Order: sequence, then C-alpha cells, then structure tokens
Amino acid sequence: MSGRDVTDTIVGFARTLRAAGVDADHERTRLMIRALGHVSAANRDEVYWAGRVTLCSTPDDLPRYDRCFAAYFAGETPRLARSAPPVVIVRHTATPVGEPGEQEEGESGLTPAGVSEVEVLRTRDVAGLTAAERDEVHRLLGMLRAGRMSRVSRRFLPARRGRLDQRRTVRAMLRQGGEIGVLHRRRHRRRPRRVVLLIDVSGSMAAYADTLLRLAHALVRSEPRATEVFTLGTRLTRVTAELRHRDPATAMTAVSAAIPDWSGGTRLGAELKEFLTGSRARGAIVVIASDGWERGDASLLGDQMARLSRLAHQVIWVNPHKGRIGYEPLTAGMRVSLPHVDEFIAGHSLAAYERLARLLAGG
Amino acid sequence: MKVLGNLGGVRSPSELGRKLEEHDYLADEGLAVACFLALRMGRPLFLEGEAGVGKTELAKTLAKVLDAPLIRLQCYEGLDAAQALYDWDFPRQLLHLKAAETAGVRDVGKLEDDLYDRRFLIRRPLLRAIEEPGSVLLVDEIDRADDEFEAFLLEVLSDFTISIPELGTIRAERPPVVIVTSNRTREVHDALKRRCLYHWLEHPSHEREVAIIRRRLPESTELLAEQVATAVHRLRGRDLLKPPGIAESLDWTEALLALGARELDPGLAAATLGAVLKYREDQQAALADWGRRPG
Repeated sequence: MSGRDVTDTIVGFARTLRAAGVDADHERTRLMIRALGHVSAANRDEVYWAGRVTLCSTPDDLPRYDRCFAAYFAGETPRLARSAPPVVIVRHTATPVGEPGEQEEGESGLTPAGVSEVEVLRTRDVAGLTAAERDEVHRLLGMLRAGRMSRVSRRFLPARRGRLDQRRTVRAMLRQGGEIGVLHRRRHRRRPRRVVLLIDVSGSMAAYADTLLRLAHALVRSEPRATEVFTLGTRLTRVTAELRHRDPATAMTAVSAAIPDWSGGTRLGAELKEFLTGSRARGAIVVIASDGWERGDASLLGDQMARLSRLAHQVIWVNPHKGRIGYEPLTAGMRVSLPHVDEFIAGHSLAAYERLARLLAGG
Repeated sequence: MKVLGNLGGVRSPSELGRKLEEHDYLADEGLAVACFLALRMGRPLFLEGEAGVGKTELAKTLAKVLDAPLIRLQCYEGLDAAQALYDWDFPRQLLHLKAAETAGVRDVGKLEDDLYDRRFLIRRPLLRAIEEPGSVLLVDEIDRADDEFEAFLLEVLSDFTISIPELGTIRAERPPVVIVTSNRTREVHDALKRRCLYHWLEHPSHEREVAIIRRRLPESTELLAEQVATAVHRLRGRDLLKPPGIAESLDWTEALLALGARELDPGLAAATLGAVLKYREDQQAALADWGRRPG
C-alpha cells in the first residue's frame, strides 16, 4: 500500500468506528496513521493493536472496535449498530415546557399559577395532576436551584484564619530579608459533596419517572460537576451527560432517547451491584428514587444495600408512595433495604422534592 | 525534530516482548505493541485495568529493560505542584540567610541568587523525570488524583517543560518514557487520554498465568502453579466483589510455598484464602463453592 492508500484506508476505518459510537476523531486518526509507520503493516495483529491503542479510549470502545476491525479489514462495511437494543416501548417523553402562551390557547388548562394555586399544587401527588398542572410543576422544578452540602477537600486555600502556611510565610520572610512579617495561614478547601441519583424508570414508577428526571435535571444544573444520574429498570443507564443540556425540554428528549428500558421490569439488586462495582458510590450521597418493587431476588438487594451503606456518605431513599396516608413499606425490596437507609422520604409532590433538595443542601 | 524516547536498541514489538520476558515480565502481543509504540512515538502510555493485572509492574520492568531510572509519582487527592513538581527548601534558605547576615554580606543581588540556588531546590518526581534523560516516569493510579491535578499533568505531558520563576524554564533533553495507570474508579478526562496511547489490560490467559507463576516463583511445582491458576481463574468467573488479579495469584502461591505445599488441597486453600480474597463475602462464597465440590 502506498502512503496515500494507507491514509484513505484508515480515514475510512475511523469513519466506520465513529458510526459505531467510538470517539475516533481526526486527531486520533492521525495518531494511528503515525503509529502504522512504526509497525509492520503486513502483520494484521500489529495493525490491530496499533489501531486499538490509538483510536480507543475506554473499555466500552473495545468490543465495537473488534467488530469494526474484523468487518472493515475483511472488506465489508460492518453493521452499524450504535448500541445494543433499541427497544423503546412507551415514550414518556417529558412534555416539553412550552411557552406559557401556547398552553393558554390550547386547553382550558392552568395559566402560570398564582401564589395560592402554587401552594396547593406543591403538596399534590404528581400522579394525579392534569397535563397542564404537571407542566406547571415541571416549570417550577426547572427553577429549582439547590445548594449542596460540602465536604473537606485535601487541597488547601490561603485563608485569614487556620493553620500556619509555612511555605508562604517563609517565602514572604525571605523576600523581606529574613524579617518575620505577616504570618500566612491556610485551611482546607471545601468542595460540594457528590450526589448520585438512581432513578427507577420501571413500569410501576411510570407516573413519577418523568418528574423525577426533571428534578434530576435541576440538580445536575445546580452542581454539574458533583452530580451523577443513573436510571434503573432492566438495566443501569448513565444519563448525566444527557441531563447537562441547559434547556429542560432538550435534556428530557435526550434522556428518553438514551433510556432503553422505559416501563420495563426492575432488577434493583442486580443493577445496584453493577453500579457498586464502578465504586462511584464512595463518599457520595446516594439517592434512590424507587418504590422498591423488586422482581429479582430480594436478598441480593439487601446485600447490595448493606454494601452501599458502607461505601456511601449517606443513603437517601425516595419513595413516591410514602406520601400516601396509611403507607407501609411492605414490598420485599423495601423491607430488606430500609435497615441500610439513612433517610426515608416521600417523593410524590413538589413539596417533597423541595425537601429532598434541602436535604442535599445540608439543611 | 523531537528526540525519540530511549529505545534500548529495540526494533520490533516482538523483540520488546522478549526483552520484557528476560526480566520476568510476560507481556502478550497487545501490550508489547502498545509499549513499543509508546517508546517509538514518544507518547505516554495510559494503562487501564482491574487492580492487580500488572500495570505498575510493567513500568518497573520497562525501566529495567531500558536500563533507565524509574521515577514514581503515586497520586492521591490534593496532590499539588509542591508535591509533584518542585519545592524550595525554606528552612535551609533561612539558615543560609542568617549565616550570610552574620558574615556581613552586603551584596543583595548575589545574596538573592544564592538563596534561589539549585541546592535549595527540592526536586519532586515530575521535575526529576524531566531532568534525567530517558528516565521512566510512572504516574500511578491517576484516578485517585483530582481534576486539578489532571489538568496540571496534561500541561507537563504536552511539552515536557517546567518553568520555575526563580530559575527559568527547564526543558527535557530527552523526554521520559511515561506510563500512566488507572484502576478506573473514576473516568479520567478525555483531554489527558488524548495525549496518550490507550491500553486496556486484561487478566492473563490461563496458560500465561501458569507461566507467570512459574517464572516469578521458580520453586513452585508445575502442578501447584497449574492448580493455583485454575482456581484463580474460576474465582474470576464467579461474581465477586474483588476478583483476584495476577498479584493475588502470586501472593497465594507464595503463601502456599511458605507452608511447604507441593499441591493445592482444600485444607491448605482454606487456610491461605486471605492471600487471594480480601473480602469476607468473597471468602464465604468461595468456601461455599469448594464445600459443594470437594477437591
């Protein structure tokens, strides 16, 4: 192959990879072409590895890379499966927060609510709201700005009070010819504590999932660098990136596209286990929003909850049904989980979500 | 033209693999190609994989192969420039100042130059790696550091220069060979990965693991190495909190050898289980398994 052929081949290969969802951009492609100059191009294995170390960047890329490599260098364009199952059953696509004007024209629905109407709406169960009322709740959630409790970072900041900052003090002394001048001080910096939200989007939670994701959006927008969101259903899906859009409607559309298992069953224990192997729970506040309806083995869920409570800073369980009068945590999943939960709160109304936000702010 | 990293006369990935083997590190083809390219292209190698698959060991062995000094920077949260790059030895500077005063030194300019002399400079790993031509720099467990450090490391890895206000810019004569490892407890920023060649390290295959045990612990019998590798392999297949790595296989074999074992039996396995499984839940699961399938 001439140099030109190599370039064309590799650029084509990178395009195939991108179509399969591997982030093999221009820069990485150039790197692979450079790498090929150092290995023998006739050796298929060396070409494979040269491509793998330059074009891939996470373990998730590897199976896609293997598939594309096998197909592309066998002379065919591989099936462009972006990710596994494209099963979207019901679109609970979050009703976009349209302009207030549009709603007024359409149904007889609510105009942007007055103070007293908001007060009533705040405590009502979102499952029983009309579409227009729910839009209003979503609009209010969109305005929610939540604070975040902080943790002590290992890094230092200059401060007025605190421990002596030897380095800066001595440095200032040297500058002044050895005279002790000001004593500089430093203290540990504080960083927002990480919050991980695990939102159940299975069938039994269908009435709340949309609103909970709106809440998640508000929390991600308030502390983008210290919030992670996953959905639970038949599989664990990370939706943090999708929720980073500023606009709630765009974010919700992106999230519904990303979740493959809306309204399916739940395997809480198995998914929690998967989540814990990533050890993303360490030191975080983990919020589980679910009714605890476990299809799988409840004892697995119990074990995982025990592990979670040892890893996490705090475990908060938000159950929409807890807001109902006479609710008892009777589902098997709920019963095995409760001993390992620090806070068990309701999650059915705007007021309940605001309470959660206050809890995360340390109030 | 950028000076290429120290190649130690290695001309192909397979030759590098052989050299690693001479120093008791059995690398598979992928790892050999990854290392070879990292050396050839002067790019850092980003090694990711479960704990105990031999990431740190690779850096050590590579330093031996290249006959270069290994400089290690262990990452942790809050790691800052004063710990990673350089610091001034303030107490000694003060002493020097006092001594100069007593001696009645009047030349202020000279005194200042003296104070910021290299002998008062404490060189931390990154500066040492840049100053020692062709050294091997191991940035271990980058996932434990925070994003501030990542950004800062990216800057150093981009042009291999460090500027010290009092001394000027220090440029690497020959850039170090850089190995960055991560256990993936946190996703490392893409910009940093982009600077590097990426390699995901798997657990070794069964045969390779037997070979590694035999090679590292020559006093173990073929039978024992075979049995340990099989048992560890089976443990990895189970759903454990912390699947054992090659480091654990070696520890386990060593523990068994210390007890004078020539082959693995259930009693010995149970007695030495702490060398291979470090969680109580995992130990219980393994014991239950072995109980069902004696021998």
